[in-house]
Amino acid sequence: MAETSTEGTGTIEALSLVPKAEARQSMKDFKSDQEVRWCPGCGDYAILAAVQGFMPELGLAKENIVFVSGIGCSSRFPYYMNTYGMHSIHGRAPAIATGLASSRRDLSVWVVTGDGDALSIGGNHLIHALRRNVNLKILLFNNRIYGLTKGQYSPTSEVGKITKSTPMGSLDAPFNPVSLAIGAEASFVARTVDSDRKHLTQVLREAAAHQGTALIEIYQNCNIFNDGAFEVLKDKQQAEEAVIRLEHGQPIRFGTDGARGVVRDAQTGDLKVVTVTSENESQVLVHDAHSASPTTAFALSRLADPDTLHHTPIGVFRSVERPVYDTQMADQLDTAIEQNGKGDLAALLAGGDTWTVVG
Amino acid sequence: MTSQVSSPAEQADEAVVGEQRKPAGTKNVRRLDRVIIRFAGDSGDGMQLTGDRFTSETASFGNDLSTLPNFPAEIRAPAGTLPGVSSFQLHFADHDILTPGDAPNVLVAMNPAALKANIGDLPRGAEIIVNTDEFTKRAMQKVGYDSSPLEDGSLDGYSLHPVPLTALTVEALKEFDLTRKEAERSKNMFALGLLSWMYHRPTEGTEKFLTSKFAKKPDIAAANIAAFRAGWNFGETTEDFAVSYEIAPATTAFPVGTYRNISGNLALSYGLVAASRQADLPLYLGSYPITPASDILHELSKHKNFGVRTFQAEDEIAGIGAALGAAFGGSLAVTTTSGPGVALKSETIGLAVSLELPLLVIDIQRGGPSTGLPTKTEQADLLQAMFGRNGEAPVPIVAPRTPADCFDAALEAARIALTYRTPVMLLSDGYLANGSEPWRIPELDELPDLTVQFAQGPNHTLEDGSEVFWPYKRDPQTLARPWAIPGTPGLEHRIGGIEKEDGTGNISYAPANHDFMVRTRQAKIDGIEVPDLVVDDPHGARTLVLGWGSTYGPITAAVRRLRNAGESIAQAHLRHLNPFPRNLGVVLGSYEKVVIPEMNLGQLATLVRAKYLVDAHSYNQVNGMPFKAEQLAKALKEAIDG
Repeated sequence: MAETSTEGTGTIEALSLVPKAEARQSMKDFKSDQEVRWCPGCGDYAILAAVQGFMPELGLAKENIVFVSGIGCSSRFPYYMNTYGMHSIHGRAPAIATGLASSRRDLSVWVVTGDGDALSIGGNHLIHALRRNVNLKILLFNNRIYGLTKGQYSPTSEVGKITKSTPMGSLDAPFNPVSLAIGAEASFVARTVDSDRKHLTQVLREAAAHQGTALIEIYQNCNIFNDGAFEVLKDKQQAEEAVIRLEHGQPIRFGTDGARGVVRDAQTGDLKVVTVTSENESQVLVHDAHSASPTTAFALSRLADPDTLHHTPIGVFRSVERPVYDTQMADQLDTAIEQNGKGDLAALLAGGDTWTVVG
Repeated sequence: MTSQVSSPAEQADEAVVGEQRKPAGTKNVRRLDRVIIRFAGDSGDGMQLTGDRFTSETASFGNDLSTLPNFPAEIRAPAGTLPGVSSFQLHFADHDILTPGDAPNVLVAMNPAALKANIGDLPRGAEIIVNTDEFTKRAMQKVGYDSSPLEDGSLDGYSLHPVPLTALTVEALKEFDLTRKEAERSKNMFALGLLSWMYHRPTEGTEKFLTSKFAKKPDIAAANIAAFRAGWNFGETTEDFAVSYEIAPATTAFPVGTYRNISGNLALSYGLVAASRQADLPLYLGSYPITPASDILHELSKHKNFGVRTFQAEDEIAGIGAALGAAFGGSLAVTTTSGPGVALKSETIGLAVSLELPLLVIDIQRGGPSTGLPTKTEQADLLQAMFGRNGEAPVPIVAPRTPADCFDAALEAARIALTYRTPVMLLSDGYLANGSEPWRIPELDELPDLTVQFAQGPNHTLEDGSEVFWPYKRDPQTLARPWAIPGTPGLEHRIGGIEKEDGTGNISYAPANHDFMVRTRQAKIDGIEVPDLVVDDPHGARTLVLGWGSTYGPITAAVRRLRNAGESIAQAHLRHLNPFPRNLGVVLGSYEKVVIPEMNLGQLATLVRAKYLVDAHSYNQVNGMPFKAEQLAKALKEAIDG
């Protein structure tokens, strides 16, 4: 787990090229003068507050922070952050942010997107950003519904979802964003919940410290079109059995007094939930977010029941070091200069076979 | 005859590679002022390479030249078939020329398909060099020859040179440790050697080229050089080629300077690197491979030591998206594509219009619609460039006229983008992209100053006296908004595709504001300063021919023909399609007739008729090939007389 820094980002290597703030910052430094226009009660408010509250901890010059979004309710986010920002077009934020991050390594670039924006119209850009490992932090607000277009099912909606566009129930199987990200070679994948500010902040902290693309799926309540979608994870009593908190290096246990645990099924190699006994306690899986193989992280992402959300792991599934695209791109430029010298335009233009016409 | 060719081993030793070869002078030499040669063969025969090499030899000799590569979209189309024929046409002269030529004087046909596909373009009397080894019964039947055209008299009107190119090549390479198949592959170099002898081309460049191209396979390099020399020696010794030709350098056709041969895509790439230097901004290319634009991506990716970043994206949309992101960050941002890619990029171009950020969209047009003709030329994306977006989304359009002009067009597109903070479309096409011509290499101090000033501080004072930054407060002259890049303290701001309030840039749905913003964005583009249209009209003609883009060469050649025949015709050629030059309306109004030839169904004519209410006459061709000067001259004559 990343250390909590109280002295700015001096200790975070991933942000070493981003200039530091000269003065101590507070949450209000990150609030823009724009009126927030989400529906009252929307989960987005909690996420905004958590992000604005977390940013001072990074201690970065706020002019070097950029939020880029696509289209959808969540994508209004940049307007409310007093940093640089771009509210772009549907699904394209990862592509735009890739251009920005790969050309400006002195920036901390964040992408805010939703389940429709990232997984439907922008699915291609998301998976390619993840495999490239560009230095982006992607916040995927998953409310399992289309909000801004007023309530059609989304690519994360459960099968059979009754919506305006699916009066007899939706037919297509949903994506599991964490599984998808792991399959797309993501180097950092986490899940958290809008209402759990402490957990959300901790995940942001770890994502910020990660070098490369970080994908954070944030379960977010749409109280207008899909209210209570994650209630089972939020209601204190139900959450005991539903939520599995992943912590690197810790046995994966949950339930009252940690009565339940995740073990590997000796027959299938898959993961399963058991009641922990003195006999099987030693077999409870110890979470290793840094494992080179994505296999167990993927198995964890499949643990939850997609309908009831029982056994939903939250926290960092996977966090591994992998070459970062923008770093390598810059390295190639440096290498080219080392090998060929700094570009000489006159020599370039006059290259090849030439001839001279004299008067 | 092959007995007179020295053995390859001796050849490889006897002369230093790269040494200039000269004809022995025992044969007749005839002087010509210009020649059009077409090399044609299977897609796998190396005709493009052969043509490129002959072009380089010709360029370094100092002739004026113009080329027309023409190849199928398939990498290896079925061998020996008509659709699989690949050709390269080169026109070179001792004076200035404008086109790759209408009809070849010489055809090199490597197989029956190449003969069949090209014979129709040859005037009677033209020279045909055929590779007789490929004229087997089966190969001839494959393309519908019932009898051998080499024997049935059907080529009687031509000057036919039957040469067993394959056998001669294999014979010349017999002492190399090569399979027959490997040796046969050098037959294009044998043909190149023969043609190089015939036209007194300098040879050292080709030998150096082969040495460096096959640096890792010295045997193959030596074999190719041996084949090349064998071809030369064959010309020198065989009685079938009684005459060789001299075409003097075009010394008087060119202004003083240093020249090189350059293709449109290379010139465009260099123009972008030059624009980056002149603007003092790093170049960022976001692109997805597409014919015929990919060569720009390839070329720019070689120049990382100029600080050039090239990003091969997952699709066309991500290509322009990344470029736009880089533009937000202060790069000179470019995306390169062809028509189908522009269609995919449309929404992002619209976003760039709304964000008012500089961005170059390079469209190397090809035959459409849809996938169309990927390797053939067309200029049918003009209306897509002009109108292909939702909402009122005006975008300036610049079009180069010749391959070398792509360099200047790139600088001009960058000037407009940077000065006016707008996406700019640059419309090249397959003909310009792959064709080449001599280019006078500019001195760096001739290049335009493109430096820009990023916003540094507040630009507005509120009523309460506080100083603020307004991202949409415009320059009163250009109507450009400030370019405030991330990392600039105090200028933190948010921009987006939603309509924004004038000045503050905050989201605004107010009706009057939207009306104002739509009109202001249009006024900004309409107000772009572009040079007046220059009309070439030495005789006070009544008919004007107006063109744009790559039709410049054929139109100018046609106009010369007409004037030489005593006709009076005025010519003007548009580089700026949006906005049009200020004087265009006056120019159009001063002629009785206006003819607009285009490689589309009349797209410029549509714009001109709509804007200036001029009864412009459209002359169109959409066959994937550039206009031929003769055919165009005939059409213009009809317009003059009509």
